[in-house]
Amino acid sequence: MSAGFYFGVEVFLNGLMAGVMYSLVALGFVLIFKASGIFNYAQGVMALFAAMTLVGFQNGQVPFAHLINTIFGTELHHFGWHLPAFVAILMSLGVMILFAYIVERFILKHLVNQEPIILFMATIGLAYFMEGFGDLMWGSEIKKMDVGIPQGGNLWIEESTAFLGGDGFYGFYLDTLDIYATVIAAILVVSLVVFSKYSKTGRALRAVADDHQAALSVGISLRTIWVIVWAIAGFVALVAGIMWGSKSGVQFSLSLIALKALPVLMLGGFTSIPGAIIGGMIIGVGEKMFEFLIGAPFLGGATENWFAYMLALLFLVFRPQGLFGEKIIERV
Amino acid sequence: MSNVETYTTPDGRTIGAPVMEMKNITLRFGGVVAIKDISFDIREGEIRAIIGPNGAGKSSMLNVINGFYHPQEGEVLFHGKKRGPLRPYQIAAQGVARTFQNIALFKGMSTLDNIMCGRLTHSKTGMLSHVLWKGKAEREETENREKVEKIIDFLEIQTIRKTPVGRLPYGLQKRVELGRALAAEPSLLLLDEPMAGMNVEEKEDMSRFILDVNDEFGTTIALIEHDMGVVMDIADRVVVMDYGKKIGDGTPAEVQANQDVIDAYLGVAHD
Amino acid sequence: MFYREAGDFKTSYSKDEQTFPIKLDRTGYYAVMLFAFCVVPFMVNDYWASAVLLPFLIYAIAVIGLNILIGYCGQLSLGSGGFMAVGAYSSYKLMTSFPDLSMVIVILLSGLITALVGTAFGLPSLRIKGFYLAVATLAAQFFLVWLFNKVAWFYNYSASGQISAPERTIFGFYITGPNTQPAVAYLFCLAFAVGLAWVARNMTRSNTGRKWMAIRDMDIAAEIIGVNPLKAKLSAFAVSSFYIGVAGALLFSVYLGAAEVGESFGMSKSFLLVFMVIIGGLGSMFGSFAGAAFMVLLPVLLKNIMVGQLGWATDIAAHFEFVIVGLLIVIFLIVEPHGLAALWRVAKDKLRLWPFPH
Repeated sequence: MSAGFYFGVEVFLNGLMAGVMYSLVALGFVLIFKASGIFNYAQGVMALFAAMTLVGFQNGQVPFAHLINTIFGTELHHFGWHLPAFVAILMSLGVMILFAYIVERFILKHLVNQEPIILFMATIGLAYFMEGFGDLMWGSEIKKMDVGIPQGGNLWIEESTAFLGGDGFYGFYLDTLDIYATVIAAILVVSLVVFSKYSKTGRALRAVADDHQAALSVGISLRTIWVIVWAIAGFVALVAGIMWGSKSGVQFSLSLIALKALPVLMLGGFTSIPGAIIGGMIIGVGEKMFEFLIGAPFLGGATENWFAYMLALLFLVFRPQGLFGEKIIERV
Repeated sequence: MSNVETYTTPDGRTIGAPVMEMKNITLRFGGVVAIKDISFDIREGEIRAIIGPNGAGKSSMLNVINGFYHPQEGEVLFHGKKRGPLRPYQIAAQGVARTFQNIALFKGMSTLDNIMCGRLTHSKTGMLSHVLWKGKAEREETENREKVEKIIDFLEIQTIRKTPVGRLPYGLQKRVELGRALAAEPSLLLLDEPMAGMNVEEKEDMSRFILDVNDEFGTTIALIEHDMGVVMDIADRVVVMDYGKKIGDGTPAEVQANQDVIDAYLGVAHD
Repeated sequence: MFYREAGDFKTSYSKDEQTFPIKLDRTGYYAVMLFAFCVVPFMVNDYWASAVLLPFLIYAIAVIGLNILIGYCGQLSLGSGGFMAVGAYSSYKLMTSFPDLSMVIVILLSGLITALVGTAFGLPSLRIKGFYLAVATLAAQFFLVWLFNKVAWFYNYSASGQISAPERTIFGFYITGPNTQPAVAYLFCLAFAVGLAWVARNMTRSNTGRKWMAIRDMDIAAEIIGVNPLKAKLSAFAVSSFYIGVAGALLFSVYLGAAEVGESFGMSKSFLLVFMVIIGGLGSMFGSFAGAAFMVLLPVLLKNIMVGQLGWATDIAAHFEFVIVGLLIVIFLIVEPHGLAALWRVAKDKLRLWPFPH
């Protein structure tokens, strides 16, 4: 086997790991869409906000320091403590749950029975709000995140696969962080599936997804379910924020992972959990392989920006029901 | 009776040649057979009813007639000519208009605009003349408006002319939908449960409108209805469907005497 | 009392179908036009033109276009930024390839090119609906931005990757380049905005518009009563993209003068236009103008207050702007999902009775 082939395999593996991360974000979308029919554009900004909050807590930043200093002329910056990662993660989770409650209380409650497009717009508004709010609260500079996940090339894999190679191939280069991320994402995905399939809340959640009215009539509280779902989505956002934040720093571009998850949703369907998982992998592998084989050598690179969308678009044109959807029979 | 070219109804109208003929239609969704080997015709000037229990495939039949579904087997003859696999809008342009079981009005528009939409199949102006408005587009708009106003008068809905249809009560919405179909001046009008969910008075009104349409404009009408009383009163001929099969066809009196029909409606005694 | 329709009888159908059936509205409309064409040009200075008037007029054109697609035809698009880029780059290529071409033609041709591109990206709308389509339009956004970034031919191989508008005149007045008089640029954009608004109004009140609205309200029923969904949807995409392309061309050549695709025509531009449509009011011509005005004025106002009056740092002001815009969107959607246009209607209804409400 030539070295080129192994580089291809390496790209494939990296794509697969990126894909699992996309699945994770996509899962946040799917959960909210299933339970409330809302297409939550703010999912990416939620991940950014969660990551910012986590870093802020860890480093003992004073929230809104910049703003307070401007208005009152004070010189606040840090509380002067460093929290262990575990405590900071728990606190951030608390913030995301509080956030879920606030969203339900102040936005969703007032938009029940609105058209989906209106709800979608509301989440774009929410995304804008959170973006500005997060920056005001924690500052907009790029922050380094360290919650103790090791980083850098995984030597063990590299050494143990080096024997495969020919010229210029020294074993697969895989980032340890990516491997951790993949494993954690996989665990999360499985536990979410189990939760929604077998727990009582999960069943209520699926009932709500099927029919709001019917769910109400058997005594399921819509509003509680919504808070739960948004809290879970917040949790997923936090996990995604930790992974991507550890990898490339906490900054605005982190919120763009939502845009990576959208084609996954198109491919897998907005309501299908397996669709989100498989779709994520297809997109992850597809865009990396396309860039490796065609984009970088022939098209000037950076095709990852649009390839996923084009792939999803073409796929949908030929199969509008998505990967796992049933054939749509239109009725009048 | 189905082989004669024309026949005369008890009230003295002469019914002409078939407008639409369904020949051995079979329609399947995956493994489910919605319509099985059904043949019947709809003749010029008559009121033809399709009846049957829920899930008998009546609405699917209408959907086949106006091209929304394409049957796997069989053929549809329109004015004696075999019809190809046309799209619904092309069939609408041939003069087939319909109303829907669950009202399908354009909720964001007023009554007037909804009925004006019925005139779309007769539109002869293109986008370019619409851009300029003055001239052809305005003239056509005014002509259409005159026709639509006649329909509004006929259906007695003048007062709700500019009301958004979403705000109208159910019965009026049904009437507006009929208006939209009439505006197309169809040669064949399909009505899918025009009286579903109405009270007796509303049903009487609607029956009157249907008879008047048939009488005044000579429009051929095919309708699906559950209320047997109404069907027996206004229909010239009736097709009875059950589980996707045709179990009866003929005048209301003939159908009422048909043992299969009685079984389907009242159930069969098991020994 | 003063604003009323009582006594204003129509004696023909065409009178009933005019844009401003109420006499007072008609008078008001003529007054605004007179003011905009004959008074404003003599008052306008550089600050007003560049901070408020030009962006308002240009965005209004784009918003009318997007409103045709979203508000009238019901097809949500998040790719307008990319289509504006098509307009901008078309105008740049046309201006540099054919230096003698009149600017009016350049702008209109740019619109036509954008219409073609928009139609191509509208093709999936025949199979894909709702959110799926919205996400699909993002494909246009990302692909087009990437294209204009990567293919050097589009920016004439300039080292910076930017495009900058050469100087052009109309009737001897500069309308692009550094010597442009604000009043001339203003009039140029105003003429386009008013002309295109008139055209859009004509289309939406005739059968073209009815076909779009039928598709929007219920596409299956629309097809069954005789609307060809292919033609209706694609024509909406084409017309909408034409408007957005014209706006993109004007934005680049007359307003910005120089542009870099990712910065000027990125996702945030797409969202800005969608916000303008929502805040102004879906399916309303008045709303298109109102939404554009609101979203242009708001940042100017906020900046004046926070940076000018309170002396805050610009980055804090920028973050605050995000917070406020986000909040406003949500509040608008909760309180008045039909936007400023609906508020305007309510105000007019109140005025009919004022000052004797009983």
